[in-house]
Amino acid sequence: MAAHFQDYLLHLADNAVILGQRNAQWCGHGPVLEEDLALANNSLDLIGQARLLYQHVATMRKDGKTSEDLLAYFRDVPEFKNYTLLELPHSTALAPTGSGDRDYAVTIGRNFLYSALMVLVWEALKGSSDAQLAAIAAKSLKETQYHLRHARDWMLRLGDGTAESHAKMQAAINHLMPYTQEFFAPSPMETAVVKSGLGVDTRQLQATWNQLVDEALVEATLQRPAAGGYVTTGKTGVHSEHLGFVLAEMQSLARAHPEAVW
Amino acid sequence: MQADANPCAAQPEPSALPDGPIARKEPADPHYTTWSLLESVTDPEIPVVNLREMGILRAVRQTATGLEVVITPTYSGCPAMSQMEDDVVNALSTAGVAARVLTQIAPAWSTDWMTPEGREKLRAYGIAPPHPSGCATGGTSVIQFASRKAGASAAQTVACPQCGSHNTTETSHFGSTACKALYRCLSCLEPFDYFKPY
Repeated sequence: MAAHFQDYLLHLADNAVILGQRNAQWCGHGPVLEEDLALANNSLDLIGQARLLYQHVATMRKDGKTSEDLLAYFRDVPEFKNYTLLELPHSTALAPTGSGDRDYAVTIGRNFLYSALMVLVWEALKGSSDAQLAAIAAKSLKETQYHLRHARDWMLRLGDGTAESHAKMQAAINHLMPYTQEFFAPSPMETAVVKSGLGVDTRQLQATWNQLVDEALVEATLQRPAAGGYVTTGKTGVHSEHLGFVLAEMQSLARAHPEAVW
Repeated sequence: MQADANPCAAQPEPSALPDGPIARKEPADPHYTTWSLLESVTDPEIPVVNLREMGILRAVRQTATGLEVVITPTYSGCPAMSQMEDDVVNALSTAGVAARVLTQIAPAWSTDWMTPEGREKLRAYGIAPPHPSGCATGGTSVIQFASRKAGASAAQTVACPQCGSHNTTETSHFGSTACKALYRCLSCLEPFDYFKPY
């Protein structure tokens, strides 16, 4: 059980750190200054949440060597347990070639779909039988509510905006929606922590999530695509080809200069 | 309580800490000297308010291993937190008081813990103070959205800290730091920060 619970904490932490890293790629490249700042602040919150969760795992392991830095910077792709959705590039292209392909509609769509899930997950985790996870959830909920509000607001502007912004927002939702199936697919670690009262059963949140998503899509004049096809498996460590590049960018400094301080 | 592990790990029961603003301590308080010394430690991002007024400083207490100052982080990713921790230790050690700092995340910090004088200082500094937070009132609703078509004016208005007008508009949900939104006054035309309820 302890191993499953640590995996679950890493799953929550990896979600936050990988999306935080992705969103931080807009820092200095935002479509407008306000959005540049918004995404940087969003990343700060996510990385802060990840730190609290990694610290919790490190404390539980009590092996004298696990630290938040070790968990973030010295694990490789198969050890990361984030949803595949969160590691995807900011693009609807299947093989984006660089920053020129970056599409803000994908950024907004992903932040919306994930934040809509996480407000429900954090709310439920306030009742976790693990006091520290419950405390982290209570803090994270307050921040995630702002992330959801931000992403939803922009999804409405883009969806109900010009013909071009509408088409891009719809394409982004079409591209992202199949990956959300992973939110609600069972995994051994989740089954174990739900049983013990430490974690939350996302399937019980699915109806509310659907409602949050559908209401926003209707208001944004967007169609909800059918989310069929392959169900991704990032949370069990089997990732897309994109995560390795994210980790290379995120971990290279720490690996080149282990234990470095400034 | 283990002293070696990370400071977030060991959490005494949350009820041990006050849940609300903390007024300036009276001389009769057993830790009056420490509290008084800490009055000079301000938020690095907003140097007009001190940690007690921000609701960040939660307790000063004597433990078996010495004097302990309890602070609570604002936003999870706030980069000013470790600075504040250092500032607390420095302010006390300069005055010859040895203490360690415990960072505790439960109960979660709320903008409702800001003191009335802290809020007034924010306003005078040009930052509109936060409205009461929904979370702290015990509301169970996760999130509510006003339909855009029904009019965004359904939301509470924010008074301009410069001229007091309520004729203001939000420019961006996120401002110069995670804790603030960017607003603009339509009466005096000044832009200003609004400290978001948390």
